[in-house]
Amino acid sequence: MRFLRQTWLVASKDLRSELRTKEALNAALAFALVMILLLLSFAFDPTAEETRRTSGGLLWLVFAFAGALILNRSFVRELTNDCLDVLVSSPLDGAALFLGKSLAGFFLLMIVELACLPVFGIFYNVAWHRQLGPLLLVLALGAWGLTVIGTMFSALTVNLRLRELMLPALVYPLMIPGLLAAIQLTTALVAGRPLDAELYDWLKLLVSFDIIFTALALGLADAVLLG
Amino acid sequence: MRSKTLYIMLLAAAWLMAADIAVILLVLPDEAAQGAVYRIIFFHVPAAWTALLACLAAFLASCLYLLKRDFRWDALAVATTEVGLAFGAANLITGMIWARVIWGIWWTWDARLTSMLVCWVLYAGYLMLRRAVEEPAQRARAAAVFNIFAFADVPVVFFSIRWWRTQHPQPVVWGGGFMDAAMWRMLFLNWVPLLLLFVALVALRMRQEQAARRLDGLRRRAHAF
Amino acid sequence: MSAVAAEGVWKYFGDYPALANINLQVEPGACLALLGRNGAGKTTLLRILGGLSRPSRGRVLVFGDEVRNRRSRCRIGVLGHGIGVYEEFSALENLRLFAGLYGLAEPESAARRWLERTGLERAGSSPVREFSRGMRQRLAVARAFIHDPELLLLDEPFTALDDRAIAFLQQLLAETRARGRTVILSTHQLREALELATHAAVIERGRLVFAGERTGQMLSDPGWLYRTYGEG
Repeated sequence: MRFLRQTWLVASKDLRSELRTKEALNAALAFALVMILLLLSFAFDPTAEETRRTSGGLLWLVFAFAGALILNRSFVRELTNDCLDVLVSSPLDGAALFLGKSLAGFFLLMIVELACLPVFGIFYNVAWHRQLGPLLLVLALGAWGLTVIGTMFSALTVNLRLRELMLPALVYPLMIPGLLAAIQLTTALVAGRPLDAELYDWLKLLVSFDIIFTALALGLADAVLLG
Repeated sequence: MRSKTLYIMLLAAAWLMAADIAVILLVLPDEAAQGAVYRIIFFHVPAAWTALLACLAAFLASCLYLLKRDFRWDALAVATTEVGLAFGAANLITGMIWARVIWGIWWTWDARLTSMLVCWVLYAGYLMLRRAVEEPAQRARAAAVFNIFAFADVPVVFFSIRWWRTQHPQPVVWGGGFMDAAMWRMLFLNWVPLLLLFVALVALRMRQEQAARRLDGLRRRAHAF
Repeated sequence: MSAVAAEGVWKYFGDYPALANINLQVEPGACLALLGRNGAGKTTLLRILGGLSRPSRGRVLVFGDEVRNRRSRCRIGVLGHGIGVYEEFSALENLRLFAGLYGLAEPESAARRWLERTGLERAGSSPVREFSRGMRQRLAVARAFIHDPELLLLDEPFTALDDRAIAFLQQLLAETRARGRTVILSTHQLREALELATHAAVIERGRLVFAGERTGQMLSDPGWLYRTYGEG
């Protein structure tokens, strides 16, 4: 109970902070929308057939990059004024701190994802709503996997200078299985294919991925935070 | 590990490997479908086995560091990871050579090779993380945590990519299962010198790490006051 | 039982011992002035005593419990070099957050009470970003004291404070001590610290070279401690 209350305190603090300044959120949204609208349309010929085959890849590439912008800041925002020290010395559970930050990051990432979807549909002429329920589930599960790994990475590299340089080597390789599953599922669901046996297997992979890394992150949170 | 033991191990590895190469090149017959180049498998596959063994060793060392906070476990973790990366690279390069000869292209997105590549980049990231952290205890801690994450990812990577490839098939480097008994035996036989080499290199690297730590301590002492 | 006890504490950075074999007991209600030159290890020791840093060897007990226990952490208040408040939130929001974090039953009223106490009640709803330096320091103090900790750890709290702020902090510390709380503060400002202190300890190159009661002689001649126990 106390754990949940602490988690909620941290999550609401982070969300309130981010929604007040909107720095990371705006950067991520701008990045995602420019990428979808302009860059990817030049990179891939946006015919209906082509787009339908690559929709999952397009979307998740955008989400992964934009998400990194948000999640990277997760622990960095605690560095000003040594707030992280105060949090660590307080009775706040390390796992609660981590979970609270992950929840806030997840919420922000979902905002980006849900904003991108209709824009993608309009500009690439794709009807994405045919399997809306499962699609939203996949967006959420994929976002959670991204969030957990990105938040852990943020905690590990909180006071390192060249944090961004290590993103490609540390975060993205870790996320590959989850991204792969999310991409397969998204492409199929956007094309209107219902969840059949094969897709269920990918879904199970994505859920297992999320569970494994959430458990690891919560278990190792204290080891990371305490010097 | 004493220097004499190291030299003996390296010599034994060299001798065994030379003997194996002689057998591989002279005694074993050509394989029916793939011709002469299949012999690269006797290095390609054991290199992968060694790399995965290194992953496991690094994972255990990382866990032990977090539990015991003894820097020797951290030294073991970085040593096994580095040597494992070398063997992983050997696996990738031999795989590419094989693909080039058989299929005419350097890279085929074959499931096993792709998974090895992803894991290679992952563990290279481990080294990059280590380089970025100055303070030894913090570095060991961050590295250990990341290593545990990486190790948890390895099976998921292999599994997911293999699955992906069964749905979208590409040329496969080695289908497996063609070999007769003599070839299987040689596969395992050739693993022995590679393992010896692995252990010797890890021991060397650990020694280097210990010296580096002592040097770092002296430097801090000198700069302190 | 001591308020805080360091038993055989060593702290290594690599092979280099920043703290060597620290054994220190501080009785409840005492006020310990932790003295030493720059780089001697004061901050390192304070961080370990506050549970922010794990000792390489040895352990720290707070009122008999391991320092990282939840119960101990509820009893400790820290004030380090950083003020430990969020720039984008208002003073009231900050205090309310930390009061909630420490499990206070009524975070709102505790926050308002401390805003009044530190003279910040009129600036309560402004973001900390707009505060002057003196106001930030007062807010930091409010944040450290809000959960009425039994053990206070202050790292160079008088640094860069003006006279009025120093007086305020001294008065606050005196009141805290009068209620039986324990205070450990590290400082360069010998005079201010020694006035408050009941005990003094000197760290030199990671070692505790002196720990004992504060005498009148220390107060009248603050440099005496360094001359006697320091290495010149």
